[in-house]
Amino acid sequence: MALSSPIELLYVFGSFTILLLAAGFYCLVVTRSFLRAVIAIELLIKAVTLFFIAVGYITGKPALTQALVITIIVVEVVVVVVAGGIAISVFRKNDSLDITLLNKLKG
Amino acid sequence: MNTIDMILLTAMTLAALWAVMGRSLLKATIGLAVTSAILSVIIFRLGSPLAAVFELSVCTGLITVVFVSTISLTKPLTHKDIVELSKKRTRRFIYLPIILIIVTFLLIRAGIPKNLAMSMGETVKNVPEVLWNMRQLDMFGQVILIIAGALGVVVLFTEGKNGAK
Repeated sequence: MALSSPIELLYVFGSFTILLLAAGFYCLVVTRSFLRAVIAIELLIKAVTLFFIAVGYITGKPALTQALVITIIVVEVVVVVVAGGIAISVFRKNDSLDITLLNKLKG
Repeated sequence: MNTIDMILLTAMTLAALWAVMGRSLLKATIGLAVTSAILSVIIFRLGSPLAAVFELSVCTGLITVVFVSTISLTKPLTHKDIVELSKKRTRRFIYLPIILIIVTFLLIRAGIPKNLAMSMGETVKNVPEVLWNMRQLDMFGQVILIIAGALGVVVLFTEGKNGAK
């Protein structure tokens, strides 16, 4: 299989982006575990990263999309680190990572 | 794009599915790391080596370490709990592969769009030039984010005088 047309490439990468987004959103909706919700958010970010890079490749502007992806990666790391801290705090408070128990937090 | 790219994209989607549906959190974390590693290869093949290196080192490495540390700092479940939770999880996640198959079917049926406008304007090849000359505000935002993240973690783990959190 050799796809060369920009529209064909956008279609293929866009399709896989949609599949990743579907998996991430579904996990986010049905999961009860705090950490699995963070994994779902990670998947959503990966979908966006894939699409950015694909668009950069297709439009011939890889430098601009790489700069944006680096920013996304920094945001991703900060989100995961803070979410990890929150998960540990929640676990210490509730002895569980069930997100339905998060409404017990004060403040 | 050739067959290898299609195989990589399919493998990445399957790894993502494993990350979402994996029985234990540790396996889910490994699934996420595999997804990230395959994404790095795809990014590299799409002509963005700098972003690929960042994705591989930070997302595959650092984030996995953070996840595993967080999991190890929380109490492991007993075997009975795992079996019980697995049954509930299977019931909740059973629809995900079906949804993905339906989405794939719809995407194939929709077909490749005929008319799609895409900007193919001027090209800047140098990433540092883009980062430091065109996206200074992004760099400023990144610095603020990293400081905010560090402060957030410090605040989360600060203990009171009497050991109160």
